[in-house]
Amino acid sequence: MNTQAIGSAPERGKSFAHVAEASWGKGLSTLLRIVRMTLRHPWQVAITLVSTFIAATLQLFIPRLLGRAIDQAQGVVAAGGAAAEHALWNTALILLAVSVLRGLFTMAQNYYGEAVGHRTGYELRLAFYEKIQRLSFAYHDRVHTGDLITLGLLDLDGVRMFFATGILRVVLLGVLIGVGAYLLISTDLVLGLLSLSFVPFVAWRSSVTQLKLRSTWLTLQERLSVLSRVMDENLGGIRVVRAFAAQDHEMEKFDRAKQDALALANRRVEIRVGNTSAMNFSFLAAMGLVLWFGGQKVIAGQISVGTLAQFLTFMTILQMPVRQLGLMVNSFARASTCGTRLFELLDTELDIEDAPDARDLVVTDGLLRFDNVGFRYEGASGRPALSGISFEARPGETVGIVGPPGSGKSTIAHLIPRFYDVTSGTITLDGQDIRGVTLQSLRKAVGVVQQDAFLFTTSIENNIAYGNPWARETRIERAAESAQLHNYIIGLPAGYTTVVGERGASLSGGQRQRLTIARSLMLRPSVLVFDDSTAAVDAGTEQRIRAAMKRFAKDRVTLIISHRLSSLMHADQILFVDGGRIVERGTHEELLALGGRYRALYDLQLRPDEDRLEGAA
Amino acid sequence: MPAQNDDEKEDKSGRPTKAVVGSHRDEEEVFGKAYDPRIIRRIWSFVKPYQSRIFISVAAVLVFTLTQLAIPLVIRYAIDHGMAPGRLDRSVMIGATVAFAGIILINYAASHVQETVVGKVAENVLSDLRRAMFSHLQRVSLSFMDKTEVGRLMSRLQGDVNSMQEFLETSVMSVGDIVLLFGIVSVLLWLDFRLGLLTLSTMPMLFIVRLFWLPRAKVAFMAAHETNSIANGALAEGIHGVRTVQSLERQHVNFDLYDEKVLANLNAHLRSAKYAQVMVPIVDTLTGIAMATVIVVGGSMVLSHSLDVGVMVAFLFYIQRFFDPIRSLTMQYSVMQRAMASGQRISEVLDVPVEVSDRPGAVSLSRDMDGSVEFRNVTFGYRQNLPVLKDISFRVNPGETVALVGPTGSGKSSSMALVHRFYDVWSGEVLVGGHDVRDLTQDSLGDQVAMVLQEPFLFSGTVLENIRYHKTSAIREEVVRAAKAVGAHDFIEDLPDGYDTELEQRGGNLSLGQRQLISFARALVADAKILVLDEATASIDSYTEMLIQKALVTLLEGRTGLVIAHRLATIRGADRIIVLQNGEIVESGNHEQLMERKGLYARLYNMNYASFDDISEEDMERDMAVGKAT
Ligand SMILES: Nc1ncnc2c1ncn2[C@@H]1O[C@H](COP(=O)(O)OP(=O)(O)OP(=O)(O)O)[C@@H](O)[C@H]1O
Ligand SMILES: Nc1ncnc2c1ncn2[C@@H]1O[C@H](COP(=O)(O)OP(=O)(O)OP(=O)(O)O)[C@@H](O)[C@H]1O
Ligand SMILES: [Mg+2]
Ligand SMILES: [Mg+2]
Repeated sequence: MNTQAIGSAPERGKSFAHVAEASWGKGLSTLLRIVRMTLRHPWQVAITLVSTFIAATLQLFIPRLLGRAIDQAQGVVAAGGAAAEHALWNTALILLAVSVLRGLFTMAQNYYGEAVGHRTGYELRLAFYEKIQRLSFAYHDRVHTGDLITLGLLDLDGVRMFFATGILRVVLLGVLIGVGAYLLISTDLVLGLLSLSFVPFVAWRSSVTQLKLRSTWLTLQERLSVLSRVMDENLGGIRVVRAFAAQDHEMEKFDRAKQDALALANRRVEIRVGNTSAMNFSFLAAMGLVLWFGGQKVIAGQISVGTLAQFLTFMTILQMPVRQLGLMVNSFARASTCGTRLFELLDTELDIEDAPDARDLVVTDGLLRFDNVGFRYEGASGRPALSGISFEARPGETVGIVGPPGSGKSTIAHLIPRFYDVTSGTITLDGQDIRGVTLQSLRKAVGVVQQDAFLFTTSIENNIAYGNPWARETRIERAAESAQLHNYIIGLPAGYTTVVGERGASLSGGQRQRLTIARSLMLRPSVLVFDDSTAAVDAGTEQRIRAAMKRFAKDRVTLIISHRLSSLMHADQILFVDGGRIVERGTHEELLALGGRYRALYDLQLRPDEDRLEGAA
Repeated sequence: MPAQNDDEKEDKSGRPTKAVVGSHRDEEEVFGKAYDPRIIRRIWSFVKPYQSRIFISVAAVLVFTLTQLAIPLVIRYAIDHGMAPGRLDRSVMIGATVAFAGIILINYAASHVQETVVGKVAENVLSDLRRAMFSHLQRVSLSFMDKTEVGRLMSRLQGDVNSMQEFLETSVMSVGDIVLLFGIVSVLLWLDFRLGLLTLSTMPMLFIVRLFWLPRAKVAFMAAHETNSIANGALAEGIHGVRTVQSLERQHVNFDLYDEKVLANLNAHLRSAKYAQVMVPIVDTLTGIAMATVIVVGGSMVLSHSLDVGVMVAFLFYIQRFFDPIRSLTMQYSVMQRAMASGQRISEVLDVPVEVSDRPGAVSLSRDMDGSVEFRNVTFGYRQNLPVLKDISFRVNPGETVALVGPTGSGKSSSMALVHRFYDVWSGEVLVGGHDVRDLTQDSLGDQVAMVLQEPFLFSGTVLENIRYHKTSAIREEVVRAAKAVGAHDFIEDLPDGYDTELEQRGGNLSLGQRQLISFARALVADAKILVLDEATASIDSYTEMLIQKALVTLLEGRTGLVIAHRLATIRGADRIIVLQNGEIVESGNHEQLMERKGLYARLYNMNYASFDDISEEDMERDMAVGKAT
C-alpha cells in the first residue's frame, strides 16, 4: 500500500527525495506507463506515427530534389537547353508535390499528436478528480491542498504533453536521422558520416542533461509548492495577517520562498541553455566539416556541387529538430518526474471504501450503537483519540456530548459516516456494521453538521441544496426556515440567489452555521449530528432552531455536541467525554446528582451566581 | 419517514438544477486586444530594471540573426568561388571554412548569451511581478478579499504570471525573427533582384490567407485558454471542499459536472489545434511553390549563365529558412495575445484600489496610549444602502472590559473589524487611544490591538511559530506562558513534537477548540494594549473557559478588553455589557442593571439558563418576531 504519495508535512521533503532517488528504472517505468496510456487511442497513435514517418521521409527527399535541380541547372545531368529546362520543370513539379504532401502529413502528425495528448489529458483529469474525491479524510489531512492542485495542473500537464513533445519528437528525429543516414551514407560514405557526426555528442549531452534537469525539476516543484503554500495560506488567512499587522512578516516569508525558487529557476536556465547551445554548436560544427570535406571532394571532382548542396540542405532540415532537442529532453525529464508523482496518487489505495460484499444500508429501526470503539489518528502520538466508547441511541432519542477541547467529540461524530475507520470496536446501525454497507447509502443516512464547515462560492440556494441539487425551491426554503435563516435571506437584495463569498466570508459566524444546518437538513438523515454547530448562534435563535426540528426528531437519532448545556440538557442521555473516554454518563438530572464534572460545568454556566467569577478575580 | 408532500417529489433523472462546480463568472473579458499600450507599459515597467540586460540580449539576438543570414552566403561564396567548374580554388575553400568556423563560434556565443540572459530576465521579471501582486494584496481592502476567492487570486498569481513567461522569452526572439525576415528579403533582392522578386511574390498569398484565418483562429485559441481556466477552477474547488463533498455524497453529481467542463476544454483544444495545424500545409505549399520557382526560373538562368549556381543554392537555403520566422511570428502573435489577456488580469489585481491606507502624516499609535476605544455615531455596512451598524456610539474606558452581545448577524464582529480598521466607516468615527483610526498608521494600530477572530485560522508551520506569529522575537518562555494561560500547554506537550510539532494546513490536526486556544495564545503573545475577543471561547467548555479567565486576570491587568460572546456566562465578569440588535445598541449596562430592565439581554440570559420547555408559547412568539427583525 502506498498512501504516502506526498507525505505528511514533516515528511514531505523526505518523500520528494524518494522520488528523486528513484532511479532511471522508476522513471522508465513511468514513461512506459504513459506510453501505455496513449496506446488507449491506438488508431490515432497509429495515424500520428504513420504520418510522422511519411512526412519525415518526404522531407528527406527535398534535399535530393534540390541537389538534383542544382546539378540539372549546371547542365551536368541533361545536356542541351530544352531537355535541361524540361528536367528542371520535372524536378520543380515533383518538389511541389512533395512539399504539399509533406505539409498534409505534417498537419496530420501534429493534429493527431496533440489530440492524443489532449485525450490522454482528459482521461487523466477525470481519473485524478475522481480519486481526489474518494480519498479519505486521513489522506486529505496529510496532504496540502496546494500540493494537490499543483499535482492536478502542472504534473498532469507534464504527462499530457509527453506524447507530443517527447515521443513524437523522438520518432521524428529518429526517422530523419535514420532514413537520412541511409540516404546520405549510400550517396557518400564519408560525407554521410560527417553530417551525422554530431549525433553521438548530442545523444550523450541529452541524457546527462536529462538527469540533471530531472533532479532540479523535483526540487523546483518542491520550492514552488512552498511558495504557493505561502501565498495560499496568506490569502486564506488574510484577516489574521491584517489583525496582527503581519504584512512585513508575510512578505519576508514570501521573499524567502521566492528567492529559493528563483535561484533554482535561474540555475535551470543555465543548464537548459548550456545544453541547447552546445548541441546547436556541435550541429553547426558538423556542417562546417561537411563544407570543408565536401568542398575538397567537389574540387577533386569526386562529387557534384548538387550533391554537396544536398548534404548541406539535409543539415538545414535537421536544424529545427536539433534545436528542439532541448525541449524534448526537458519533456522526458518532466514527464518522468511528474508522472511518478501523479501515478503515486492515482495508485494510492483507498483506506476507506466499500467492502467487496457491501450492501446498501437498510434502515428499519434506526438503532445506532457504538461498541467499545477505539480510534487513533494516523501519525498521532500519545494516547488514542478515543478508547472504549460504547453507547446506544434509538430514533427519537437525543444523545448529548460534552467535554473539554480535544477530548474526542468531533472524532466520535466523524466515525459514524466513516470519514475515518475505527481502530477497534464496532459501530452498527440497525445491527449492520457500518464497514459492511456501501458508503453511499451510509452517508446518505448520516448527516453531520460539521464544526468547521466549508461553504462553496455559489448562491445561498445552491449551497443549501448541495447534498440534493434536484430539490425544489419550496424544500430549500423550508430547510432555511427550520434553520432560522429564511428571514435573513429574503431580506437580501438577491434573496436566495445571493452569492456567498468563499467559505461564507460575507456571512456572520452564526449565519454561516445556520446555512450549514439547513444544508444537512435537506438530506433527511436517519442520524443527525450537530457538532458544536450553534456555538456562534445566540440562545434565542438556537431554541427556535431546536423547536423547528422537533417535528422531525422522532424519526431519527440526534447527536448534539455542544458546550452550551442548555442545548443538550434535555437529551435522553448525556456523555461527558475527556481524553477520549466517556467519564460520566446519564441524564441531566442523574449527572447533576452525581456531582461530578458535568455538575461543575452546570454550576459555571447555568447557576445564576455572579460571585463565582468575581471570587476568581 | 413522514409522508412526502407534492413539492418534495423530485425527478432525479435529469440534470440537477441547483448544482454547479467551480464558480466561474463571466467577468473575465478574454477577447482582449493583442496589443494594449496600457498593459504593455505596465509590463515594461517591470522589465525596465533589467533594461541593460535586455539591450545586451537584443544585441546578441541581432548578432545571432546576422550569423544565420551569413551562413548561406558563405556557402554560396565557397561554391561560386571555390568549386564552381573551372574556378576550383583551394585557398577560397580554406577562407570560406575559416569564415564558417568564425561565424558558428559567434553564433554559438550570441545564442548562448541571448538565451541565458533572456531566460534569467524572464524568471526575474515573473518573480517581481508575482511579488508586486502579492504585496499589493497585502494592502487591498478586505471588502475586496471577502468577495474574491483565494483560488481565483492564486490562478492569477501563478497561471497568469507563468503565461507571461513564454511571452517574455520569445519576444526578444521575435525581434530576431523580424530582422531575419527583412534580412532574407534584402539578401534575396541583393543577390538577384528579378529572381528575388519573383520568389517573394508568393508572400502576399500568405497574408491573404492569414487575413481569413486569424480572426477565427483567435477565437478558438482563446476558447481553449478560457475553458481551461474554468476546468481548473472547478478542480480547485473540488479539492478545497472535498470533505463536504464526501459528507453530502456529491461525488457523482460533481463528477458529471466536472466531466462536462473538461470535455468542453478538450473540444476547445481540439478545435484550436485544427486551426493551428491547417496553416502547415498552406505554408508548405507556398514554400514548395517558391522553391519550384527558383528551380525553374533560377535553373534556366543558371543554364543560360546569367546566374551563378551558388546564388541558386543560397536562394534555396534562404527560402527554406524564410518561413521559419513567419511561422514563429504567428505563434508569437497568439502567445502575445494570451500574454495580453494575462497581463490584463495581472493589471486588474495591481489596480485593485487600496481603500484603507495610511493617510499622509498618519501618526503612529504609541505604546503608552491610554487604551480607550470609542465609537462616535458610526454607520457602516458592506452592501450599499444596507447598513449593518447604524449610528452606533459607545466608549470603552482604559482598562475596562466591555462585552458585546446580541443575536446572530447583529453586527458584533463587524464593529470589532472597525476597531482594527479592516474597513472604513461610512460615517462617524472610531477612536482608539483618542485618535481617529484613520489618522493612525495601520502597523501601529495592529501592534496595539490584538484580536482573536471568530474563526481560528492557523498557518502551517510549528505550534511555536503560530503562537508567536505577531512577535517573531518572542522567546519560548513567553510562548509557553501564553499557552499555559489559555490552558493549551498540556495538549501541546502531548503532541508528537510538543511546541515544535508541525501543524497541517489550517491546523487540521487539532480539534477546533484547540485551534481556538492557540489563536487565543497568539493574541496574548502579541502583548497589545487592547484585546478583542470575538467568540474566543465559543468552542471551549465553560470549565476550561473559567480557568482561562482566572489566568487572564493578572495577564490582562490594565488592558482594555472587548469581548463578544453568545454564551452569556462568558461575559458575566465584564464591566459593562452592550446589547446590539440589528445594528443598533438597544441596551447597555452591567449584568444586574440589564437583568432588571427585563429587555433583550434578560430574555437571552434566561433562555440560556432555563430549559426551553419552560418557555411559554407567548415568549416564543415574541422572540420569533425579534428573529424576523434580524
Ligand atoms: N464581508 C461581508 N460582506 C457582506 N456582508 C457581511 C460581511 N460580513 C458580515 N456581513 C453581514 O453583516 C451583518 C453583520 O455581521 P456580523 O459578522 O457583524 O454579525 P455578528 O453580530 O458578529 O454575528 P454572529 O454572532 O453570527 O457572529 C450580517 O448580516 C452579515 O451577513
Ligand atoms: N486530523 C487529525 N489528525 C491528528 N490528530 C487529530 C486530528 N483531528 C483531531 N486530532 C486530535 O484528536 C483529539 C480529539 O480531537 P477532536 O476534534 O475529536 O476533539 P473535540 O472533542 O471535538 O474538541 P473541540 O471541542 O475542540 O472541538 C485531539 O487531541 C486532536 O488534537
Ligand atoms: Mg470538535
Ligand atoms: Mg460574529
